Amino acid sequence: MTNGFTARDRAWHPPALTPLYKTSVARSPRFAPIGAATSLSEETGPVFGHDMLGAKDNDLITNFAAPGEMAIGPRILVQGRVRDEFGRPVPHCLLEVWQANAGGRYRHKKEGYLAPLDPNFGGCGRCITDENGFYEFRTVKPGPYPWPNGPDDWRPAHIHVSVFGHGFAQRLITQMYFEGDPMIWQCPIVGTIPTREAIETLVARLDRAGSIPMDALCYRFDITLRGRRQTMFENRMEGM
Amino acid sequence: MAAPLTPSMGNPLSNPPSNPLGERFKESPSQTAGPYVHIGCTPNFLGIEGVYPEDLGTRMITGNPDGERITIKGRVIDGAGNALKDALIEVWQADAAGKFAGRGGAEGFAGWGRSPGDMTTGEFTFETVKPGRVPAPDGRPQAPHVTFWIVARGINLGLHTRMYFADEEAANAEDPILTRIEHQSRVPTLLAKKEGGAYRFDIHLQGENETIFFDI
Ligand SMILES: [Fe+2]
Repeated sequence: MTNGFTARDRAWHPPALTPLYKTSVARSPRFAPIGAATSLSEETGPVFGHDMLGAKDNDLITNFAAPGEMAIGPRILVQGRVRDEFGRPVPHCLLEVWQANAGGRYRHKKEGYLAPLDPNFGGCGRCITDENGFYEFRTVKPGPYPWPNGPDDWRPAHIHVSVFGHGFAQRLITQMYFEGDPMIWQCPIVGTIPTREAIETLVARLDRAGSIPMDALCYRFDITLRGRRQTMFENRMEGM
Repeated sequence: MAAPLTPSMGNPLSNPPSNPLGERFKESPSQTAGPYVHIGCTPNFLGIEGVYPEDLGTRMITGNPDGERITIKGRVIDGAGNALKDALIEVWQADAAGKFAGRGGAEGFAGWGRSPGDMTTGEFTFETVKPGRVPAPDGRPQAPHVTFWIVARGINLGLHTRMYFADEEAANAEDPILTRIEHQSRVPTLLAKKEGGAYRFDIHLQGENETIFFDI
């Protein structure tokens, strides 16, 4: 009776409690989440307009750099499409990204890694998908970094991505990894995802056709959000 | 200055029509927001300035919408009783008339807020209006509520919950979700009480008062 969002497949996502990722132990609910159909409260969400974006918002190489300067590291483009589970493009969708610099260091006062800051790299960017769900940003490839979990755990190179769809039910944060990185398969955070098949969907592919010669390599990363069911049998008047 | 929020008509049915028998994709699997989520979502809060004019979600009231002004305060508390200082809390709610921004909601009310929590206490604060009642899928009115989404290091998939108002007893008693909860003894974990001028809504990830989270 509603055109609600499809249920989340919780066997596909990481469970809340994943002891090899130690911080999850004290931060994972013990009770099961209570299932409920989405209502307008979850089927609507904030809408962001392209007019809020600054010209350099999706260029992490220059958006924090001093005038005329650029961040250090392998220059890359990340391009992709945001679609829903039914393959429909999701236009006007805000993506926010953050990452370590090319040496694996974050610009954060609680960061303890000895690799140095890059004075011309802030580590955040954002963009909004176009009519076809397409997005792109330019950055430097982040370095891997060690982190306090086991005595010698390292994160593979990754970019964090926050995605808004059209409904609050679609809200998602995930991470993008890089094709060919052997560290992906040794990471306890990646390992919270139950299946290799699901992990593979977070691995961006090198896209040689998209590279800019003598400038930047291109990685392709498509994102899928929950879909909204469409059937003649459940049309209803929305609360307009 | 670029407006932090520009709700416009977000019609989900404006997407190209789907082929009902077409290919299916799996939702991208979630990964923790990690300890540095504030770099991406509230960089100015961290002192990463000059990239964005201001952090998104800082102001829910941008004009003079109708409705009772309220403050919501709370913390996200782990299983050892400590308040998280690296969480990101987002809220989404209807205006005083029960309408959402982008769907006929009040001018000057974004309906969406985001907080990194206080640097030293982890306490989040939202200055907003008390929401009106929103219809459930079957048309029955829901009790006034604010939808919460919580991410942090150690949280593998963002947690959805709802804040209801303890002083809305009649509406709560007929709310389609609250009344369906099997363990009624846990319902108070969703009720914010007014304390010293603010509604307090502490979110317990574990323990005796573990908050109800929704698979919604
Ligand atoms: Fe990271």
